[in-house]
Amino acid sequence: MKADLRYDPVIGLEVHVELNTTSKMFCACRADVFGAPPNTYVCPVCLGMPGTLPVINAQAVRFTVMTGLALHCQIQTHSVFARKNYFYPDLPKGYQISQYELPLCTDGWLEVETSAGVRRVGIVRVHLEEDTGKLIHVGEHSLVDLNRAGVPLMEIVTRPDMHSAEEAYALVTHLRQIVRYLGVSSGDMEKGAMRCEVNLSLRPQGSQELGTKVEIKNLNSFRSVRNAIAYEIERQTRLLEAGTQITQVTMGWDETAEVTRPQRSKEEAHDYRYFPEPDLPPLALESAWVERVRQELPELPYAKRARFVAEYGLSEYDATVLVEDRAVADYFEDVVRCAQPSVHAKLVANWVSGEFFRMMRETGTPIHEVRIRPDDLARLIALVANNTLNQTAAKQVFGVMWQTGRAPEVIVQELDLGQISDREQLAALVTRVLAENAEAVASFRAGKATALRFLIGQVMKATRGRANPQLVEMLLREQLGEEQ
Amino acid sequence: MPKLSRQEVEYVARLARLGLSDDEIELLRDQLSAILEYASVINQLDTDDVEPMTNVLPLRNVMRGDQTAPGLTLAEALLQNAPDVQDDQFRVRAILE
Ligand SMILES: [Zn+2]
Repeated sequence: MKADLRYDPVIGLEVHVELNTTSKMFCACRADVFGAPPNTYVCPVCLGMPGTLPVINAQAVRFTVMTGLALHCQIQTHSVFARKNYFYPDLPKGYQISQYELPLCTDGWLEVETSAGVRRVGIVRVHLEEDTGKLIHVGEHSLVDLNRAGVPLMEIVTRPDMHSAEEAYALVTHLRQIVRYLGVSSGDMEKGAMRCEVNLSLRPQGSQELGTKVEIKNLNSFRSVRNAIAYEIERQTRLLEAGTQITQVTMGWDETAEVTRPQRSKEEAHDYRYFPEPDLPPLALESAWVERVRQELPELPYAKRARFVAEYGLSEYDATVLVEDRAVADYFEDVVRCAQPSVHAKLVANWVSGEFFRMMRETGTPIHEVRIRPDDLARLIALVANNTLNQTAAKQVFGVMWQTGRAPEVIVQELDLGQISDREQLAALVTRVLAENAEAVASFRAGKATALRFLIGQVMKATRGRANPQLVEMLLREQLGEEQ
Repeated sequence: MPKLSRQEVEYVARLARLGLSDDEIELLRDQLSAILEYASVINQLDTDDVEPMTNVLPLRNVMRGDQTAPGLTLAEALLQNAPDVQDDQFRVRAILE
């Protein structure tokens, strides 16, 4: 497109992540509010009743520091909560406790991978705040549910370092992967556990000056993030090419119509009058504690992938697929650890990303509900590797294991599926099949190679697929040769 | 220190969601200006080398463990206090997004 050559999009993101602590940010109400009946997870603190005092949830601080460390941030030894003042019915106190001048984490970065290669995106800050309640609009009225008010919310602000919808998409998906690896959030955008706002401007290519910034909100899925940015780049490009000025505005993404529309802003003035929260003493995190948290960080996706390639000889692609989900990666490693030395990790990778993933997808089973134990899967793969089972029979056994969680050897015996590799038994069978299929034998002799496939098929059929196909082929060739 | 302008008082009133009469605006112009005048004495101090203080207490790292405790029942949370209720939720005038 000609347009893309003339304007360079500059994109920054603000990502809100709901932390999956047990209790809320400043009170002991339950924090797993999704789907709970309205206004049942509330107390005087999160309802903002007079005379109450907030107390910081230590786990939320730890989760935020973990995230900051994973994003290569500086962890601030002096950190302060602040009041952000505005009126809105989903905010019972009339202010949100957030962080302003002294956030927990600053100046980090995160690498993202796109078709254009690997790029580093700067992280301005990661801070901690409380979520607001939820509003439902019904006709003349709005209904307020305050269950979500006070749930710990982590805000991650990137530098305007991204230049395409693809890059922004890669960043949010990688961020989700990281918060899931850390176990600090479900990262579920559809359930609102992760929310994203985009700041976007266009500037003439080669120019260093930033264009007018447009904010995009109401992005409820990863797809929306990508589509809304692509749409907004196109819209602004059209305007600029027509010589129209871009106005600074907040746009909302309409997911059904797939367009952005100007939004009315919450507080016309955006004058939040931040000031230090007098009810909360500052945080002074000890560097020894921060170091301990750093030591306890789990291995993160890119590091795990690199290790899988180096340690198990997997391809970059196989490793990427396996580390997508930390629990799946752990499962894969458990199988490898249980497997006999003769079972190559590559075989395990094929099983996990093949049959295993297919069954997970088809039955909608999350990894923690899979009934097959890693050591059972390791032994099933060994049964194939040592020719006790052929591939077709192994898949059948796998299916039963998936349903019942039983050991592969038991199933093999019950279904009478063990591969026949007994030379004499098969040789007798081959002789019989040759005698019964004179026509095929003749056409093989006449040079028709496909006739051999047919004859192998006949032997397999006679054994209900249990014959060792390599051995059958060898015996067939032997006997056909002998007769010549 | 110059006296607050009418516009400044109206702006602050709007942020605080206060509807003020003309007389009240004038009254508050005087009163708020006097308060600011009084507080401005502190501006005379040279604080260039002083770390901003965010809290007067010597406390740090006051935190609680991540444990839950029962909160309020729906009746306590809602019905006793809310002026208007529908479907177990607080009801307010429509808010347009
Ligand atoms: Zn509460």
